[in-house]
Amino acid sequence: MKYAYYPGCSANGSGIEYGLSMERTAKILGFELQELEDWNCCGATSGHNTDQLLSLALPARNLAIAEKTGLKEMIAPCAACYSRHRNAEHVVKHDPEMKKKIEQVLEMELEGSTETLSILDVLVNKIGTEAIAAQVKKPLTTMKAASYYGCLLVRPVEHTGFDDPEDPQTMDQIMKALGADAVEWSHKTECCGAALVTSRPDVGTRMLYRVLKDAKESGAECLVTACPLCMLNLDMRQAAVEKEYKEKFNLPIYYVTELLAIACGDEPKTVGLEKHFVEAGQYLQTVQARAEEAKIAAEKAAQEAAAKAKAKASASKAKTGDATAEPDPKKVDAFKTALTKNPDKMAAKLVADPARAGILVSILDEKRIAKLANLMASDNDKAIKAAEAFVTGELKKREK
Amino acid sequence: MEKVHIVSGQLNHALHHIEAEAGTSINLCYQCGKCTAGCPASFAMDYPPRQIIRLLQLGFVEEALNAESIWICASCETCSSRCPRGVDIASLMDTMRRTALKRGQKDKRVAAFNKAFLANVKNFGRTYEAGLLLQYNLTTGQLFKDMGLGLPMMQRGKVSVLPEKIKARDEMKKIFERAEKLGGVE
Repeated sequence: MKYAYYPGCSANGSGIEYGLSMERTAKILGFELQELEDWNCCGATSGHNTDQLLSLALPARNLAIAEKTGLKEMIAPCAACYSRHRNAEHVVKHDPEMKKKIEQVLEMELEGSTETLSILDVLVNKIGTEAIAAQVKKPLTTMKAASYYGCLLVRPVEHTGFDDPEDPQTMDQIMKALGADAVEWSHKTECCGAALVTSRPDVGTRMLYRVLKDAKESGAECLVTACPLCMLNLDMRQAAVEKEYKEKFNLPIYYVTELLAIACGDEPKTVGLEKHFVEAGQYLQTVQARAEEAKIAAEKAAQEAAAKAKAKASASKAKTGDATAEPDPKKVDAFKTALTKNPDKMAAKLVADPARAGILVSILDEKRIAKLANLMASDNDKAIKAAEAFVTGELKKREK
Repeated sequence: MEKVHIVSGQLNHALHHIEAEAGTSINLCYQCGKCTAGCPASFAMDYPPRQIIRLLQLGFVEEALNAESIWICASCETCSSRCPRGVDIASLMDTMRRTALKRGQKDKRVAAFNKAFLANVKNFGRTYEAGLLLQYNLTTGQLFKDMGLGLPMMQRGKVSVLPEKIKARDEMKKIFERAEKLGGVE
């Protein structure tokens, strides 16, 4: 698989670790990145704060270059770059008048055929968490990670749309695939203060404080990000926040790609971990040590459980109960998600008659989804029977 | 009781222009306040998002454009994504910043940052982080702001001393010029 690649200005500067680990991530997972030739800055927030047409033309020039490569998908790891390019794409596709203006400014023609993707979207929806988990050599077991999405990876929904804007899950899924515990917390999509931390520290520092504080209070021991500006603020400015609010956080911040590369066997130095402001290497060692302990404890517990089971089995040889195997919880979850996100598609799989499938979609609630997901994970025939029964029941109800 | 006369949005040219450029309608807003409740920067605003819209609805366009709020908005898009009436408040804020900028009503610090940022893009085609901070500090008269971070950034290889330049620099300058020319006639 080959993608057009827009590294963005920070990949060679303040976000150098993101650039390094992005390239490593691609190598490890076996996809190719073709950097756009002579790409320009997307204009970021300064662009759309100043001039609308310019803020569209700058990313559109990159889209035009990407179109020439023939590659349909472009990865923009930086959340701001991603947002600006998605925005320009949206306008090119839906606003013919503005598209014309952009083309006049660029003196280039635009097809609107390129789709800009975030790294989270690529990792979860193109590569898949199972493929990621298969590459993990040093799992991050016992790591307590708060996945921090910030603003522009999930908003505005009509430009992003690959994850839930209020409670996104893709980064959490990646962290789980790497073996870490994904901490539940409330500030995963709150703003870090962005450029305000520089231009209006009186405002930005407080925003930053709230994010760090909520992560800490929710039991996180580190934060994970996919945005170089979030990283810059959370990492470089953390000391200033601690000083201002007289509170110690000591929260190492990682790019999701750094953790992926390290969990898949890279040395921390390969991805530039020593360049962080908040020391980030020590925590990884702590995690490794705890993971070792947890592994030993788990093995011991398994042995004990096996011994117990054996004793029990020999004691009750007479009873030969045929306990049905529990379905794989991962599969059940996957079916639940599919039923929630794509009810039409899933209903069609269960109920052949389209009219009856439509009824099934209309009556799918949490309870029914749970039941169907459970059955689909263990025995699809039973799931089909249950789905048909739901529809028949509903029809009878309606007759009354 | 005396009847209050409200300027209708259609009659107010400036307001009409703002709504058109923002691609949204303030008349949709029923003042529920969800935008303000979710705004991470409302604590620092003189008029939080809901009140900015109320000002516009009542025809106080000048007051809204002079509000500090529009320069405190971080463009996080939370308001727009949560608005039950589909008002694109973030886009309104964005348009109001641009309108205020064109009229010379601006927050010096934010505008100076944006100007320095775009000057680099125009000249080099890329952001030049070291130059950006220096230029920003010079124009805002805070010469030593963040000086404690500059050196460690360089030691970590996180900021290059010289700007990264693209080949198509002439093209960039022309894009800026043409955008200014074409953007003006609306």
